[in-house]
Order: sequence, then structure tokens, then C-alpha cells
Amino acid sequence: MIRKPLYCLLAVLVLVALLIGTAGCSGETAGGMLNPVDRLRVATTTSLYDTGLWGYLEPKFEKQYDVELDILSGGSGLALEWGRRGDVDVLTVHSKTDELKFISDNYSSERVWFAYNYFLIVGPEDDPAGIKGMTPEDAFKTLYESSGGKFVSRGDNSGTHSKEKAIWKAAGYADYNALTDAGAAAGWYLEAGKGMGDTLVMASEMGAYTLTDIGTFLAYQSDLQLVPIVDSGSILLNIYTVLICTKGKNQEMANNLVTFLTSAETQELIGDYGMKDYGQSLFTPCAGQPEPTS
Amino acid sequence: MTELWDAFVEALRLIVSLDDEVVSIAWRSLRVSAASTALAALFCIPLGGLISFRSFHGKRLLINIIQTFYSVPTVCVGLFVFLMLSRAGPLGGLGLLFTPTAMVLGQALLITPIMLGLTISALSGVDKTIRDTTLSLGASERQAIWAIIKEARFAVGAAIVLGFGRAISEVGVAWMVGGNIKGFTRLLTTAIALDAQKGELVLALALGVILIAIALIVSLGVNLVQQRH
Repeated sequence: MIRKPLYCLLAVLVLVALLIGTAGCSGETAGGMLNPVDRLRVATTTSLYDTGLWGYLEPKFEKQYDVELDILSGGSGLALEWGRRGDVDVLTVHSKTDELKFISDNYSSERVWFAYNYFLIVGPEDDPAGIKGMTPEDAFKTLYESSGGKFVSRGDNSGTHSKEKAIWKAAGYADYNALTDAGAAAGWYLEAGKGMGDTLVMASEMGAYTLTDIGTFLAYQSDLQLVPIVDSGSILLNIYTVLICTKGKNQEMANNLVTFLTSAETQELIGDYGMKDYGQSLFTPCAGQPEPTS
Repeated sequence: MTELWDAFVEALRLIVSLDDEVVSIAWRSLRVSAASTALAALFCIPLGGLISFRSFHGKRLLINIIQTFYSVPTVCVGLFVFLMLSRAGPLGGLGLLFTPTAMVLGQALLITPIMLGLTISALSGVDKTIRDTTLSLGASERQAIWAIIKEARFAVGAAIVLGFGRAISEVGVAWMVGGNIKGFTRLLTTAIALDAQKGELVLALALGVILIAIALIVSLGVNLVQQRH
């Protein structure tokens, strides 16, 4: 049979397929049942991943607890959906309203905050809408009323997007959909539907304002024509929490991860993170303290 | 436009220096896509032979449906497989979600229509006398189908190469059912998407160059196998 060319081709393909089946002994190919390696799945909001914090903490946790940490990075909306379906064990997110709903729906029993920082409203240096130094609420109101500048929204149900909605609400625009429809029609409000990095690049290219977490902004700053315009106001507070999913399958290791994140040692690492690359820390550790309010 | 040149230089640097992470991602991409292509080929070539050989009611309609699914968005296939494999889904008990196996299954499903459709087209181009001759010489249906496939081996080979191309270049399935987990389910395409999102544009392009290089090697390899016979 081997002399027949297609059999030969198929034989090569099958060989390759077998190769894949066997070459994965290091725990690569096996599914959950067949896999002896202890794995913990964490879904994280993109900002903790794109800033490199998770990449920095991952090997330390894996070494300490002899476990494979699978980190899935997605917006908070997707991360929460994975948690609801039981596809991940732990969430690290930053979207308080969504987290409280997640808990009241019994998908988790508590939210444990471990770090915080602040959102920024960034925009072009010449500040066409003249919002520099305003409160976040007034800045948004001015953007709406003066239409002197464009605003790029994440538009992806992420934690940052939730925060943007909260600021609009606090600024007196309760009907978010009406606002975005009107803004989109008038041409100053743009929904990117993308991650933070893409949204920043888009805002930079268009000379527009956007709301960003500080970590991603600092990581991208060198490539952007954007500067911080509004950086204070308690509504800009951005709290990162860890939640254990009740539907997850590795509860014990999930508990270990919470212990790890809130331990004094890790808290110090989180507090120092960013000093080396950006000259300033990206996160303020806050485990074991009362939930920050401003 | 200096980025394009930088990307080439960076790709060369990554290849020459055998950057650990890039090598493991590229190797994983190749294995996952080769496995999904093999899986789909094992299923599609015989089935395509059967569909093309037999005449039955609704054959045209079936082929139309298969061809329609050439256009299925990769993310939709990813979502479908995700819903199947999610712990809340019907196959959740297998624990396959966010593993390389899940990506192999998803990619195989993704390229099934294109491989099936192209196999059928390839075989329908074969001279009808071959079929009649083999049958009159007393060949069974299986043997006749095989003779036809053999006759159309270049076109069938093209279907396999195209299937592989769609598998290794897709990002939707790998993203949805693999989860882009570093060191476990990260493929070249999902790494490209992530790097692009992180603003590492040159690195993203460089990984794209490496992907094309792999595709080149694979297509040369398939050609070689075909030429030899």
C-alpha cells in the first residue's frame, strides 16, 4: 500500500498526528481527566496581564505550590462569563458592580481586594475640550456639551468600560445608551470595541480622549501622543479583586492563590512592580485593609 | 514603513537565535494545525470520495451547504466548540476546554467544509472513464473511489494544503477554545493578536513572518511527497 502516493501522504499526516499525541508528555496535550499535573485556571482582566504583573507573579506561585497556573486574559465581561460557566477557578477583575452581582448570583462567596490604582482620563496635550484640572464628572459633562473633543470608549463591557459608564452616570447622564447613540451620531463618541492597548492607540491616532487604567497607559506611553488630563477624583479609584468561583473544580488551589496574593510577601512585590520599567509603581497593595474609598 | 523591515530583521533574529518561547509557540502551532489537518483529512477524503462517487437525492443541495460553510467565521466555530466543551456544555465532562486538544478539534471542524468541498470538486474533475473502467474490471466501490482519489491526488493534495493553511492562520478558534494560555495553548496567531493588542507591532509582524515560513516548508513538503510518485 505504501507505494500509493496518497496513502503515503496520509501516512505522513497520521505520523504527525501521532507525534502530537505523544510529544505532549510534558502535560501539553492531555485534557483534564488524563492529566496528572495539578492545574489552576485564572481568568484575569487584561490590565493585570498586559502590564506584565501576572507574568511576574506566575512563576513564583507555581514554584511555591507546585502547580501549573493557566492564565486566561480577557475583559472583565468575558472573565465573569467563564466564571459563571465553571470554566475557570479564580477571577482577578476590577468591576465592582459586576462582582457584586456575581456574588449575589452565588457564583462566588466573596470578593477579596488585593491592589488598587486610579483610572486616568488621557487626551492630546493641547486639550481641545479644555477639561484639564476638572473633576472627572465635570470633564465628561464638558466633553458632552462642548463637543470640543472626541472620546474613544472601550465599548467591550470590560471593567474600564463599566467605570466609564459609572462616570457618565455620576455626571448626570443616566441613560448611557441614549448618550452613546447621540454621541455617535454627532461624531464625537466612538466605541472601539477593543482592548485597552488598542483603544489607546486609536485615541492617540485620532487626537481623542479616553479613559484608561494607569498601568496600561504607562506601558504604552512611549508610543502615544497622549498625556494624563484628569487624574484625581474618588470615582477614578480602580480596585482589583480576586474571587473564587464556586463552580470551579480546584477549590483548594484557588484558596492557595488568594492566600498567595494577599500574603505580605506578594503584597510587597505588587507594590514595587513597575518601579524598574516605568520609574513608578503601578499598583498600591491593599489586602487586609478596609476597602479603599478614595 | 520601517516597521516592515524591522519585522523581517526581528523574525530572522528570533529564528537564528532559536528564541525559546518563539520556538515552542511555533512548534505548538505546527503540531496543532498538522493534527487538525490530519484529523480532517482522514475524515474528509473518504467521505468526499463517497459523496462524489454516489449519486443520491439532494446531492447538489448537500454540496451547496458544504460550500456555504467555507465562509463560516472562525470565531463562530470557536464559540460553537466552546459551548460544547464548556463545563456547562454537553461535553464539559471531558475537561477539554482550554487545552491543545480542544484547539485540534475546533480547527478540524473549521476546515472540514473546505476540505470536504474541495475533495469533491477535485474528484469530479476526474475523467468518468476511470470510474467505468475500474468498475468493469470488477473493482469494488471502495477500490474505484480509491482509484479516482489517486488520479486526482494533486488536487486533493491542494485541498489538504489549503485546509492546513486555514488551520494555522486562524485565530478565532484557538482564542475561544484554547484561551491563549502562555506555554500551553498559545499559538503563533494568538500570540500575534496579543502582541498587536499590547502595541508590540514589530514582534507581532515578526511572528507573522515565522508563520509564513512554516507554511512554506509545509507546502514544499507536500509538493515533494506528490512529485516523488
